[in-house]
Amino acid sequence: MSAISPTAKPKLGRNFRLQWEPAQQAHVLLYPEGVVKLNGSAGAIMSRCDGTRTLGEIVGDLERTYATAGLAADVEAFVALAVERQWLEVDE
Amino acid sequence: MSAATTDPRGASKAAGPPLWLLCELTYRCPLHCVFCYNPTNMPDIGPELDTSTWIRVLHEARALGAVQLGLSGGEPLARDDLEQIVAEAHRLGYYVNLITSGIGLTEERIKALKEAGLDHIQLSFQDSTREVNDFLSSTRTFDLKSKVAALIKRYGYPMVLNVVLHRLNIDHIEEILEMADRLGAEYLELANTQYYGWAWKNRDALLPSREQLTRAEEATNRFRERIGQRMRIYFVVPDYFEKRPKPCMNGLGSIFLTVAPDGVALPCHSARILPGLAFPNVKESSVEEIWYRSDAFNRFRGEDWMKEPCRSCPERTRDFGGCRCQAYLMTGDATNADPVCELSPHHHLVVEAVERAERAVNGAAPVREVPLVFRDHRRRA
Repeated sequence: MSAISPTAKPKLGRNFRLQWEPAQQAHVLLYPEGVVKLNGSAGAIMSRCDGTRTLGEIVGDLERTYATAGLAADVEAFVALAVERQWLEVDE
Repeated sequence: MSAATTDPRGASKAAGPPLWLLCELTYRCPLHCVFCYNPTNMPDIGPELDTSTWIRVLHEARALGAVQLGLSGGEPLARDDLEQIVAEAHRLGYYVNLITSGIGLTEERIKALKEAGLDHIQLSFQDSTREVNDFLSSTRTFDLKSKVAALIKRYGYPMVLNVVLHRLNIDHIEEILEMADRLGAEYLELANTQYYGWAWKNRDALLPSREQLTRAEEATNRFRERIGQRMRIYFVVPDYFEKRPKPCMNGLGSIFLTVAPDGVALPCHSARILPGLAFPNVKESSVEEIWYRSDAFNRFRGEDWMKEPCRSCPERTRDFGGCRCQAYLMTGDATNADPVCELSPHHHLVVEAVERAERAVNGAAPVREVPLVFRDHRRRA
């Protein structure tokens, strides 16, 4: 798993769709014949990865939204995992 | 969302939402595949639902939380309202999967389906070679399917190729893998035949030998290593070769709802064969009534229906006793343990079927002499 640069702009992977499902009270990732139910923090991260914001901006937004600090390492680790699973893409 | 707990008449067994809705729009199909799981008495089944009823089903299931939608059949392209159904499903927020043989998928329709919001097309091939593909489907369709695969790519759909494996094509696995890669598939499902419907009738001609299966798995693993992430390959092992049963449908009535062409609602696409269950029809009941309150959907929820060895088995929460349809087909009682499980007193039935397959493969009868029953929606098997 390679580290993601704080200036990278992650976006949703090709062939995936992200949406909020009221019945499950969760964000879900949809792909051909499959569903991944995301937990709260994964949903909060993924829903900010729109290809316009940098990873650094996303971390900042999350820290403000949840009134906390020091999220960078956790967010970067999740984004790296999501890229590996092709849920997210970052331009090289 | 909490109908299971708030309805005074509701069953005590709390059920989650039907996350998966499979609409079998029609049993009509131009192919005659010998491994089809559709019923073998299709002429006895009532007329197809009309467009407005299908659309009501989509609305009701979505309101309960259904999010993955499969449109299949038969061949769903046989319905000329498919585009209308897709458009409504997309508007409602479903992820819409079309499961098709590709027959009838013209450029005009593929474009219209894209505009309607279709998310994905799963295209079936019967083999990597024209000869075996056409023989197994009893049609001349290989070249047509190859053209459809190119159209799927051109219109930007993710492409899932599905090849059902069995004795007659499993030795072509390397060519099948190459074909899928050449066609640009992002996902390849190598689905070993499950023995229901027409496949059950043809089981003794279709079940591969253990050696065939091992060779195919090894070839698949070598191919995976070579191509990396480019294509995701799912190799579904035939459960007859396992020691434990599959957690079929994650338990009946757990997440999966099928609506058959005539409106009959089923907790799995082959459950219509189960005796003693009055399956509700969407023409007479709402999807909510069917999912939360019908006997057919409640019967196999939880563990009360289980017999030994399942009832006291620590693995019952993982595999739910396996497949009810397989238990019924092989033992005559849907509440028995799935005979695939080596703890089942009926496991010898599976072992014997595999032994017959070994003998047949070693005797190596030429393909065209194997007596097969070809699927036909106008005939009974």
